[in-house]
Amino acid sequence: MDGIESSAAPTGPAQDTGAPRRAVSRRRFMVYSLAASTLTVAAPLACDTSPAQGSEPARGPSDVLVTGADAEMLVLEVTHANRIVVRLPRVEVGQGITTAVAMMIAEELDARLADVDIPLADARTKGNQYTGGSNSVVSLYGPARRLAATARARLVTAAARRWHLPAWSLRTGNTMVIAPDGRTATFGSLSASAARIRRTAVSAEPKPASRHKLIGRPTTRIDARDIVTGKAQYTGDLSVAGAKPTVVARPPTLGGRLVSVDDRAARALPGVHAVVKVPGGVAVVAESFHHAFQARDALKIKWAPGPLASLSDAQIRSRLRAAVPHLGSPPHGSTQVEAEFEFAFVSHAPMEVLTAIADVRAHTAEIWFSSQTPTDARDSIASATGLPASAVTVHVLRGGGSFGRRLNFDAAIEAALISKAAHRPVKLMWSRGDDTRHGRMRPATHHRFRASHADGRVVAFSHAMAGVGESSADKGTANQAAFVRRPGRVQTAGPRPGDSGLYHFGRLSADAGGIELAIPLGAWRSVDSGMVRTAEEIVVDEIAGSLGKDPVAFRRTTLRSRSVKAVLDKVAAAGSWGRTMPDGHAQGVAVHEEYGSCVACLAEIDATDPKHPRVTKVVMAADVGTAVNPRGLEAQLMGTAVDGISTVLQAGLHIDRGAVREGSFADFQWARQRHAPLHFEAHIMPSAGEPGGAGELGVPAASGAVANAYARATGTRPRRFPLNF
Amino acid sequence: MPSYSFTLNGRPVTVEAPADMPLLWVLRDLLHVTGPKYGCGVGVCRACTSHLDGEEFQPCVVKVKECADRTVTTIEGLADGDTLHPVQQAWIDCDVSQCGFCQPGQIMAAAALLKKTPEPSDADIDGIENVCRCGTYARIREAIKKAAADLRS
Repeated sequence: MDGIESSAAPTGPAQDTGAPRRAVSRRRFMVYSLAASTLTVAAPLACDTSPAQGSEPARGPSDVLVTGADAEMLVLEVTHANRIVVRLPRVEVGQGITTAVAMMIAEELDARLADVDIPLADARTKGNQYTGGSNSVVSLYGPARRLAATARARLVTAAARRWHLPAWSLRTGNTMVIAPDGRTATFGSLSASAARIRRTAVSAEPKPASRHKLIGRPTTRIDARDIVTGKAQYTGDLSVAGAKPTVVARPPTLGGRLVSVDDRAARALPGVHAVVKVPGGVAVVAESFHHAFQARDALKIKWAPGPLASLSDAQIRSRLRAAVPHLGSPPHGSTQVEAEFEFAFVSHAPMEVLTAIADVRAHTAEIWFSSQTPTDARDSIASATGLPASAVTVHVLRGGGSFGRRLNFDAAIEAALISKAAHRPVKLMWSRGDDTRHGRMRPATHHRFRASHADGRVVAFSHAMAGVGESSADKGTANQAAFVRRPGRVQTAGPRPGDSGLYHFGRLSADAGGIELAIPLGAWRSVDSGMVRTAEEIVVDEIAGSLGKDPVAFRRTTLRSRSVKAVLDKVAAAGSWGRTMPDGHAQGVAVHEEYGSCVACLAEIDATDPKHPRVTKVVMAADVGTAVNPRGLEAQLMGTAVDGISTVLQAGLHIDRGAVREGSFADFQWARQRHAPLHFEAHIMPSAGEPGGAGELGVPAASGAVANAYARATGTRPRRFPLNF
Repeated sequence: MPSYSFTLNGRPVTVEAPADMPLLWVLRDLLHVTGPKYGCGVGVCRACTSHLDGEEFQPCVVKVKECADRTVTTIEGLADGDTLHPVQQAWIDCDVSQCGFCQPGQIMAAAALLKKTPEPSDADIDGIENVCRCGTYARIREAIKKAAADLRS
């Protein structure tokens, strides 16, 4: 991210129309293209391919080393200015992937972390450019280290030739090669000669973990200073010449249709450049966002109600309940613990609302936005604008949060359509009201559980659920609905994340139904596990209660995995499980296992006022294999704790006659500082194993622990979430 | 169009803008000062939090005419040259930021709090309403306490 942020931002006078507008952006984003006289190495990113080392160059002059097709590559370049530049085919939305990759690169190169730049790659034509499923570190850990180790071997070999010294006698450190006599050469000074090295004189294998100096060390984000000084640039902060502020008037109901618009008053306002119809409503392009909002509000629009206009929460909930398949018969002679749970719709609500800059011309299109799926976005933008995909350039920007929202590219398609219709570049921003009222959102679900126990043991566990599915994807975003349903997860060994294979619960059964509604949905951090596993962990507490056992002790004896037991033991010890609490206060615990990782959470709650509970303390423990950046992992866990507090206690969306009732953070009650734990601690389990996923991992454990703490503090059985809604 | 002069991050500026234009859009769209972020436009999320005459305010709900002849400080003007404000430094030391979008506003809110309340209690810190969707609150609390200690020493 440093690379993008620190390059000169084009801020010349904006032009209304005309050709020069493109030049600025080009300069901005071409900085990282391959230079002919520097060392450039590349590693394939597909899961089953081998490192690039030793391959023949596929293109370019002989002093540039590039293997395979650029579009598939994680490419590392050592510039003459001694910068290590890796264009990353992932998006940074706060999860810290740019820092984690910079650490992997710096580790294997023996470079200073401050000398590594990780700009985000434009949409490519091939390869894995998907950010999701908590898969980025998992998929990049091998290729990034091999890439850097290859570059290091070539740099050392180049230095050995220059100094006529044996390569084995040379060391690397601080982005330099160091000779036994103390001579040094920066990587940048060696880049050109290293680019011509074909056979390395030292190993190009990554270090063993025992020699890691940076991987595993708690490290501050590489973009921390840019953020705290206001320099970090998000899409809305870019100045693309001529791209004017744009907003869209949207219908009051979900999927409402435009009947007619009288735009005379709006067009007469100062600073209004264009008013155009788009599938989602009526767009206004203006001189500033102030002018755009004013003109939007001056539009006189007749809307037809959307397809859900007859539906409110009560009907949706009863239809969901009816769609839950029946549980089978319990084993003969067993005792039943039964529970039903409901989860409301939840907004992703990233702080940075959806924003996209689009410049669609007759034969080309150029789009700037934050995307988890830029390759799919480009294909969809191409088909929406009638251009070949090869004519569409998608620049990927850092995102102000995502939580799954930027898997979809609604705003980018809309911006492209507006630019095309208005014949000018536009900077489209969804208002917070647009974002809250028109989605996307985590689907509402209904769950039915039955655990059967006999002789003090669970002998059968059944779960049946129903969720809302998105019935149609209008607005030209058909590909997105398909995408949402595609889980994009990595298959990992071990029990699947739900239904509840985590435990020795005898005969397991699971079934799912659903209802289809024309409502914009999206994968939300931890996806189904956010509901399924949260509910299961509440059921586990209730089973323990039915058996007269302590929740931690019961889990310890019934969990299948030793790793999960270990994280549970960790939070129980560190969080003083079972300590005496005042009336109205309680502890709650929950665990989760997914993405090749596992986590436990212990929460303490003050629910003396059950309508205004406060989670006072959260202790989490995670085993994610090798934790590349423990400080970043702790941040991810901290975020999931707030996800759990918000979604379990207070934040959700109501549907009233086909419209979302909430419209901003004033009524979508995401946790504030006064709801966050006064004390948070995270314990990272030591491990030399391959990295597992971590970004979404904590959500179900935190949610379950908060719900279980609330239940124990209030003597109630939490059933509908959020509890105070 | 009327013209308004005020001091922005230590420098005098004059802009031509409609009187009722929220200062946020004057800053972002006319002056290209993009540290203050739009997150809601109604003064609730507080991602735009900056200082007006040294006090915390939300430029998305304050009109430019109300800022005439006054002093506006955004995140870009908080540091003293290359020397970061103690709150900014504490934010780095505690690695507070995740996506970073709300943090300029969080930092400006914290700096304003510490100016008024050099030794803030947990209840004082709980009074900060700025939304952080990533959930960095625990590190924000830690960083405010660290900055408070650094400012006292």
